[in-house]
Amino acid sequence: MQFDFNRNHFELFGLVPGFALDSAALEQAYRALQSQVHPDKFTHLSAAEQRASMQWSTRVNEAYQALKSPLNRAQYLLQLQGIDALAERDTAMPGDFLMQQMEWREGMQEAREAADVAALQTIEAEITDTAQQLRAVLARQLDEQHDYLGAAQSVRKLKFMDKLVVEIHDTYEALET
Amino acid sequence: MALLQISEPGMSTEPHQHRLAAGIDLGTTNSLVASVRNSVSVVLNDEDGRALLPSVVRYSATAAPVVGYAAQCAQSIDPHNTLVSVKRFMGRGLADITDAGSFPYHFVDAPGMVQFRTAAGVKSPVEASAEILRVLRDRAERSLGGELSGVVITVPAYFDDAQRQATKDAAKLAGLNVLRLLNEPTAAAIAYGLDNAAEGIYAVYDLGGGTFDISILRLSQGVFEVLATNGDSALGGDDFDQRVFCWILEKSRLAALDAKDTRLLLTKAREAKESLSEHREVSITAVLSTGETVDLMLNATTFHEITQSLVNKTLAPTRKALRDAGLSVDEIKGVVMVGGSTRMPRIQAAVAEFFQQTPLTNLDPDKVVALGAAIQANVLAGNRGEDDWLLLDVIPLSLGIETMGGLVEKIVPRNTTIPAARGQEFTTYKDGQTAMSIHVLQGERELVSDCRSLAKFELRGIPPMVAGAARIRVTFQVDADGLLSVSAQELKSGVQASVTVKPAYGLADEDITRMLRDSYTHAKDDMQMRALQEARVDAQRLMDATQTALDENAAELLTADERNAIEAAMRTLQGRLDGSDPRAIKDAAEALNAATHDFAARRMDVSVREALTGQRLDAI
Ligand SMILES: Nc1ncnc2c1ncn2[C@@H]1O[C@H](COP(=O)(O)OP(=O)(O)OP(=O)(O)O)[C@@H](O)[C@H]1O
Ligand SMILES: [Mg+2]
Repeated sequence: MQFDFNRNHFELFGLVPGFALDSAALEQAYRALQSQVHPDKFTHLSAAEQRASMQWSTRVNEAYQALKSPLNRAQYLLQLQGIDALAERDTAMPGDFLMQQMEWREGMQEAREAADVAALQTIEAEITDTAQQLRAVLARQLDEQHDYLGAAQSVRKLKFMDKLVVEIHDTYEALET
Repeated sequence: MALLQISEPGMSTEPHQHRLAAGIDLGTTNSLVASVRNSVSVVLNDEDGRALLPSVVRYSATAAPVVGYAAQCAQSIDPHNTLVSVKRFMGRGLADITDAGSFPYHFVDAPGMVQFRTAAGVKSPVEASAEILRVLRDRAERSLGGELSGVVITVPAYFDDAQRQATKDAAKLAGLNVLRLLNEPTAAAIAYGLDNAAEGIYAVYDLGGGTFDISILRLSQGVFEVLATNGDSALGGDDFDQRVFCWILEKSRLAALDAKDTRLLLTKAREAKESLSEHREVSITAVLSTGETVDLMLNATTFHEITQSLVNKTLAPTRKALRDAGLSVDEIKGVVMVGGSTRMPRIQAAVAEFFQQTPLTNLDPDKVVALGAAIQANVLAGNRGEDDWLLLDVIPLSLGIETMGGLVEKIVPRNTTIPAARGQEFTTYKDGQTAMSIHVLQGERELVSDCRSLAKFELRGIPPMVAGAARIRVTFQVDADGLLSVSAQELKSGVQASVTVKPAYGLADEDITRMLRDSYTHAKDDMQMRALQEARVDAQRLMDATQTALDENAAELLTADERNAIEAAMRTLQGRLDGSDPRAIKDAAEALNAATHDFAARRMDVSVREALTGQRLDAI
């Protein structure tokens, strides 16, 4: 019997698919696997074994990345349902979210111009809070309601917020130098 | 395990099947070699009992190059031929060196990497580095009493692909089998972590002679996991020297200096800087070749003023690394200080203030990197001790490709755990298009012109189709050394498009051969002998590995026919070992490798399954 290289990320780590996840179990499985397949364990072996090791280790890293972050994990669960959450045609956003987004953006712009780090931090905290709540919604959509289209929209919103936070971080950097 | 122990040359090593391995810290200013003996990592000294080898190479027209202290002494009298800090030029073109005027060298603008005109001809930074590595290799082999089976060479974590490739090329040139390129701060973390049984999140702040790295790692239950890294591969003690040098020129009202005087004053500047780590003030005196004299006092306050911006320049990457790791300062359990420049009190104060804790300076900042590399080399060579640990490192800079309008699309983001791969699909934009070019870049900026070009390559042999119909999947693979390779396939037809990656920097095999030839006096014989020797060693290693694998799993994983095929390939290789044609040996080794391909994959499956079963049992 050949172990299937292509089985899904959850199976690879021996985990039950779902948004709610025992992150300690994930980490333990990840480490156990890397301890077996990492290229550092194969440097004294043949080129064929080194190649197989690199492929497996790469595969394990990819799966871990996909499951570790909640946003990636949600995206991956949707992908298993045949849904690409970030596909162009589905990006229409509800009006209230767009309003909220615009407010944040304006606030960021003003703070940047005034070099007001404290104001930026306030906005960042607000975004982080909102994202936190939305992740709870997403958990229900995926694990309980199986509302995949709703989940896809939550994913898109979270992606937006992620981007905003990255922009805020870039601004900190710009202001620091 | 006690780590800081210096051994005497000629001390005997353990008997049995111990493979000789060493860790090499190829530094901008100083290089070192270390090895694990009797389960202890020790720095190997030269015959005069000195651990450091100044990374200085002096070329001459008539004799072999001189490396180390002797070369260092000559830097002011023979500045054009005495190369110092060549690490700064690894994988760098002349255009990258903004301050080329301040070096006393005759630069030659070669494609890809800058070179130097010396009395011994034009030399590249790779060749000069190889001279340093050869000296360390000899030192290790004499000290350990045998040929090295492999080495781990450290590189700054923030080194990009070009700089890593150049380092690997230098090792190849020095006849070393590189088991792994290891990031310097990670090496330090291994040495520190194992020695102190450290658990938790640590920062490693490494300010050496020419480079700065900051890495954030999580140490837990034998796993060293790099969470984020950042740095500046052109910031180090040299820049502090440069500031003092400029201050001397200004205060002494000196105009343009010749190469000898430049080198003389740079040396004075460095001595003054180092002395200020101990004293409140220092006098700087010199007599130049023009008869002009320098007689100045430099005090700590002035030194701080003229170097404050350099200190700050290390804090910006530190902040970024923390942010990338998603951590705040109070989550850092300890800050490990590495590199000679961390002896500066101002640096220690700045780091203490930033992290709000006293940094850990209880280890030798010069040696800890080499000691860590030796521990890793020992494990990678197959001398596995009872303490098994795992290292998970990251790539320091994002990889991307050029898209419309001169923009870069990121494909592998920085701080991705390696090995890593990403696939990307492309299509044709013209009917019947059979080729396409792809430009790979490294860096964080959005514009192609702001990133470093890694490779431009052509995909050829795409079957002609209407525009947009072809689906070409390009795979970017970053290996455990942090080096990139690219492959491509047209998905509709299954045609494996041929990829010619012609890196802007790396050395072609012919270059290596030519350089090797240049570096030997009895060129041809030596070359031939050496190639043969290498082919035999590699072949023997491969046969040993294959035999081990067969003994372990052949019964369960191979049919009789499969096993016969592998054994036949082994016999062929064995039969050629005593011949004198390296090519024939290499071909047979290749064939054996190919014959074990499926076997290797199956063995890996078994490992994976075992890991998972073990895992489930643990979880119950
Ligand atoms: N007491 C001291 N005070 C200040 N600087 C010092 C002191 N001792 C050494 N240095 C500086 O440390 C630098 C060399 O450090 P180190 O040997 O760690 O660098 P390296 O490993 O060769 O360089 P890199 O890691 O950047 O490639 C030199 O710039 C040297 O002047
Ligand atoms: Mg160093």
